[in-house]
This record gives sequence, C-alpha cells and structure tokens, in this order.
Amino acid sequence: MRFLRDVLNIDVAAEAERICNTIRKQISENLKRRGAVVGLSGGIDSSTVGALCVKALGPKRVRGLLMHERDSSADTRLLSSVLVKSLGIQAQSEEITGILEGFRCYERRDEAIRSVVPEFAPGWKSKIVLPLVEDNAAYNIYSVVVESPTGEQKKVRLSAEAYLGIVAATNFKQRTRKTLEYYWADRLNFAVAGTPNRLEYDQGFFVKLGDGAADVKPIAHLYKTQVYAIAKHLGVPAEICNRPPTTDTYTLAQGQDEFYFSLPYDRMDLCLWAKNHDVPPTDVAKEIGLTTVQVERVYMDIDRKRSTTEYLHAPPLLVEEVFA
Amino acid sequence: MEEIEKAVSEFIVENFLFGDEDGVPEPEESFLEMRLIDSTGVLELVLFLETNYEIKIADAELTPENLDSLRKIAAFVTKKCA
Repeated sequence: MRFLRDVLNIDVAAEAERICNTIRKQISENLKRRGAVVGLSGGIDSSTVGALCVKALGPKRVRGLLMHERDSSADTRLLSSVLVKSLGIQAQSEEITGILEGFRCYERRDEAIRSVVPEFAPGWKSKIVLPLVEDNAAYNIYSVVVESPTGEQKKVRLSAEAYLGIVAATNFKQRTRKTLEYYWADRLNFAVAGTPNRLEYDQGFFVKLGDGAADVKPIAHLYKTQVYAIAKHLGVPAEICNRPPTTDTYTLAQGQDEFYFSLPYDRMDLCLWAKNHDVPPTDVAKEIGLTTVQVERVYMDIDRKRSTTEYLHAPPLLVEEVFA
Repeated sequence: MEEIEKAVSEFIVENFLFGDEDGVPEPEESFLEMRLIDSTGVLELVLFLETNYEIKIADAELTPENLDSLRKIAAFVTKKCA
C-alpha cells in the first residue's frame, strides 16, 4: 500500500467528542477537581486545549492564564487575548518578568551566551538553533544566533557549558509558568491541563517540571497536523490557526523546527507516523520531497531523541518499590 | 595514534562512564551505535580534543567519519596535528 500524506486525516468531530468525554471523566471522577487551568500562549496547542476544555466543562469551569514576560512577542500577547475573548472564559494575567529577574534568568542566559560571543551586550537579541535535516549534519549540535542592535547577525557553535547554561536559564520560564498554573489550580480546586502534542510528547520537547508537568494532557496523542484540524473544527480564531509554530522563549524569532525538530512540523508528523507504522524510508521520501538518506536520518534522530529524553518522562527512581 | 586512543578512552571513562572501565568501547566500535555520547557529549569531547591537542575543529568537521570511534578520532587528530 502506498504511503500518502492523508494518513493523518481524522474525523475531527468524533475525536473532539472523545477527548471532551475523557476530560470530563478525568477531571471529575479521577482527579475530583472542579475545572481546568490552562496556560494560554496564543499558540495552536494551548488554544486547542483551552477550546477542548471549554467544550468539555463549560466556560465557567476553565481559567486561562496569560503569563507574559520581557521576551514574549507582541503576537503572543495579542493572540492569547483574542483567544480568551473567543472562548468566553475568565483569564488571569500574570506578568512573570519580575519573577524571572529574581531568578536571574536573563542574566544567567546572557552570561552563558557571552562565554561564546564576548561582544553580546544589552540590546542584542539571541536564539539557539539546530541544523535542519537538509543541512545533512550528523550530530544535533546547537549554535547560538545573535543579532546586534544594528541588525548584524552572527552564528556561533555552542560549547557544552554555554549550551547547558542557556537551556538551564531559559527553563526558568516554563517552570515559573507551571508554578503559577498550580497556584491557580490549588486556589480554585481545578486541575492543570497540559498542552503537549504528540510530536512534543514523543520526542521530549518539554521542560521537566515545567511545561511537561500537568494533571491531564488532552492532545498528547495527536499529531500537530491533527491539532490544527481540531482547532479549526472548534472555531479557534483563524489568526491563531494560521500562525507558524514558535517557541516564544528567545529574543529572536525562532521556529520550533530550528530549535528542536529537524523538519517543519507537517513533514515531521508524517515521518513520525511512518516510523511508528514501519513505513520504509524510500516510500516516505517520495511523498514528502526528501531523499531516502534524509528520511533515514530523521528516523535515526527520532530514536536518538526518544532515548536521550527518556528521563524527562520518568518519575523519580526509587531504590525499592514503596507501594506494593 | 595509540596514545590518542588511550587518552580519549580515559576521557570517556572519566566523563561518561563514571570510572567504569568495563564500558570502554573497542577501538572501532561506533559511539552512536553504542549510544555512548549524545550531542552534549560530542561538545564535551570536542572541547577535550581542542584543549588537549591545541587544534580548532570546524563545524564541517563534526562528523561521524571523524568522531564516531576511538580509531577515527585518533586518525582525525593525527591529521589535524600534522
């Protein structure tokens, strides 16, 4: 049977219904909570989870949180407000810049960048990037891209120390947001709804005890392409559905494909589906416009990421079982 | 060549194997296949080679052909130092 990109097509109405039934059951019966807290970034995943929770529980049982900080893009601020209005929910705005300054998040990140780009100074922008699969790079080695206030860009390979320093510092952002989500969940006796899609969940694209933490994860089984389809079905505003995925973590605009995945999400989805269903790389290559060698490399990268991020999914390891 | 293999092997034992010499790869064994080194590990290895042998490794040289086994590393470093 020929591999076609329509393998990801689903009956969106039926799937949305199934997810909503599950959310209702999990929150009321399993977790015994009265509603759901969702951190809203204006991105497709959190918007879809917000819309699913509203459909499942009703707007009064969903609390949105807008947790912007110094580096949040104007889009993020605008789109998350658009979503709150369209969902008809109550939302809390929690500006987290001050908390992050308390952690020295920005200072620690900039110190790490300066260890490889000494001229990096206040007013400069930055992001970290991976090579794309088209670059034919064998190792996933991160580089930092910096931009001076006059717009000159420079890309420098990161040392292990600088890479770990930047990631550790920026992870404060996801962990701070999760702390506030649990504050509001405790305050309202609600559960926290997490927003990872299948690509992120499978490939470990989340911060442990940051965006990886939640009580329910209603779209973790959906490929990103399917999340977009469900979002449209639920009436998520078009400007959110049409926005390319971004990390919104660094000061320079950064696509998720250059930060973590080696391909844009639609092709990454197809590669992940194909790998999960043992489709030979040659068949995938033809359908998505890559070479067989490139698809083989993506398959290998999927395995590598699963293996290196296993610990993110793992609970704390005990010396012996405590509950028999 | 052998000295380089020995030095890199010691680096691997010390940094990636917590001193357990049983896990040392054979000279031609692939680090990637053994899942011995992830991308952070490659960066640590590069820093070790650059510092120890006073060489500069370019981005284009970060390939399994140069870095994926003790023997390949030894050959690569020998060529760089020549």
